Amino acid sequence: MKAISKVSGRAIPFGRKNVDTDIIIPARWLKTTTREGMGKGAFETVRREAGNVFDDPEYAGSPILIAGDNFGCGSSREHAAWALLDMGIAAVIASGFSDIFSSNAFKNGILTIELPQSAIDRLMEVSMTDPVDIDLDSQSVTTPFQDRFEFQIDPFRKHCLMNGLDEVGMTMAQDDAIATYEERLMLEKPWQQPVMR
Amino acid sequence: MPKTLYEKIWDAHVVDQRDDGTALIYIDRHLVHEVTSPQAFEGLRMAGRKVRRADLTLAVPDHNVPTTARVDVQGKPIPIADPDSAAQLAALERNAPEFGIRYIRATDREQGIVHVVGPEQGFTLPGTTLVCGDSHTAAHGALGALAFGIGTSEVEHVLATQTLLLKRSKSMEIRVEGALGPGVTPKDLVLHIIGTIGAAGGNGHVIEYRGSVFEEMSIEGRLTVSNMSIEAGARAGIIAPDEKTFAYLKGRPMVPQGADWDAAVAHWRMLRTDKGAVFDASITIDAADVEPTVTWGTSPEDVVPIGGIVPDPMSFADPSKQAAAQKSLDYMGLAPGMKMTDVPVEHVFIGSCTNSRIEDLRAAADIVRGRTKAGNVKSVLIVPGSGLVKYQAEREGLDRVFVEAGFEWREPGCSACLGMNPDKVPAGERCASTSNRNFVGRQGPGARTHLVSPAMAAAAAVTGRLTDIREL
Repeated sequence: MKAISKVSGRAIPFGRKNVDTDIIIPARWLKTTTREGMGKGAFETVRREAGNVFDDPEYAGSPILIAGDNFGCGSSREHAAWALLDMGIAAVIASGFSDIFSSNAFKNGILTIELPQSAIDRLMEVSMTDPVDIDLDSQSVTTPFQDRFEFQIDPFRKHCLMNGLDEVGMTMAQDDAIATYEERLMLEKPWQQPVMR
Repeated sequence: MPKTLYEKIWDAHVVDQRDDGTALIYIDRHLVHEVTSPQAFEGLRMAGRKVRRADLTLAVPDHNVPTTARVDVQGKPIPIADPDSAAQLAALERNAPEFGIRYIRATDREQGIVHVVGPEQGFTLPGTTLVCGDSHTAAHGALGALAFGIGTSEVEHVLATQTLLLKRSKSMEIRVEGALGPGVTPKDLVLHIIGTIGAAGGNGHVIEYRGSVFEEMSIEGRLTVSNMSIEAGARAGIIAPDEKTFAYLKGRPMVPQGADWDAAVAHWRMLRTDKGAVFDASITIDAADVEPTVTWGTSPEDVVPIGGIVPDPMSFADPSKQAAAQKSLDYMGLAPGMKMTDVPVEHVFIGSCTNSRIEDLRAAADIVRGRTKAGNVKSVLIVPGSGLVKYQAEREGLDRVFVEAGFEWREPGCSACLGMNPDKVPAGERCASTSNRNFVGRQGPGARTHLVSPAMAAAAAVTGRLTDIREL
């Protein structure tokens, strides 16, 4: 995973609330066995709307997406995160995220930033004309107009994102603790081992 | 210190607690299907990693499998026409044996939707942690498991380590007391709950459903309610296991036997929220306020009693909701003020991990008996949740009720719940559906979905419009 510390550029002012994962990537794009190339299907239904922000040349290659509350609600498909990544999105700023989406985004090195709706409204306005800057180290989003919005992030996630750490490898290093747990489980709940017949 | 049921299960699964609040949580059961697993297996292969506990993992294909005949007259498997779907199935069929995982094939009688198969096989047990790369894993909480959907990176993490790195969620109690009225089903109740707390109302929480209504409810009904916890934003729902739970599980293929069963039940009886335990949020709903419920928009929170009307977008206080409602109505082809019972439907779908169990099919058949499909209805798909549900329904003669009414009796799978297999609703056409999501394009590009109970779906099929089953 690539380490991430700063994201700067124009932000796509999408702004909608309850953006579900079927909107981010419709199911017909899920029939793959690899993680690549999903950007083509990203926001497919929105892109059929005339004048949509995703096809506005103004925002071509934008690394940031702005949305309203409950972004990424619905299915657990990690394809939503892969699709954003493939579009070149490195950070999503929203007034709220679904739990599964924000976890999936994190595992793919996408920064999810939760800010109050008033900050979202302001950033939407700025994004019409100017870029925004995200600094993960100082946990802030700033604009060329001296706006500064601080955000919260789980310290563990921050550490992993800033260092591009592989979580599976990190957990495998705790194999002893897992083995000890399993031994205890065998003693306390032997009946919980699956019956194989 | 009194604990909630969620806290008890969580505490029993902590392998390692970190100072930052993150915990390494042991996973007792892992269900795998063909859509969210290929990239996880690929990740393992590339890193030269093995599945740590293949015996705790069960793989079943469900999302892509067509619901038409699986084998020809000679009993030979019929290949899947769509090459991408076929490739995903082939990948699971290759990955499962390669990594030593038990695999139910598309042609096996036990095959079905993962969330129907898990409880049915007794793979799901009270007090366990159970995950699957599918958000409707929340369903298994109906048996008292802590069950939630995960992404593919987490699937890979569980395969490799049998654990997940998680932060404890907040707890929410949804208490429903009283008795549901005539014609009011668990599906209506959960739609009502989502309408009450909103599609984001449960974000960051695990919901425990409590109160007399859930105590009286069948396991099938509890599965329906818990299944849709995710539509209120909650990652998991849970219902304390009780005598009904034990009776449901007893004798199922993968549950403990003999003395082990007794030991298990003794342990499961302790899985209750302690008196005096504090929830982070508490919601109380009077069962008498719940009516047969239907969605009008494109979020599961867009609900209205069947006797109600399509709302005016301007009636919502929140300006962003006003805009969203207008967009929804445009998409749904509905006008404010229209009576829900005047809305005609062209398609009916009875199935999905929410409502495809035997009790759902019985409820639908009870409405249909002696009636036939309305003239304006183009298709009615009845898709049992598993081969075993299908077999049971056929033994009870339910298939004949449906076929004689002009409905299609299909093979098990996710079917028209999501646009991944041949069962789709055409653009601009309207479907009364027992599934769980009315999102834009969910049942196919441009498809219009109204979420309803199995009885209401059956009623819509015979009247040709959304119908109050109490007036049928």
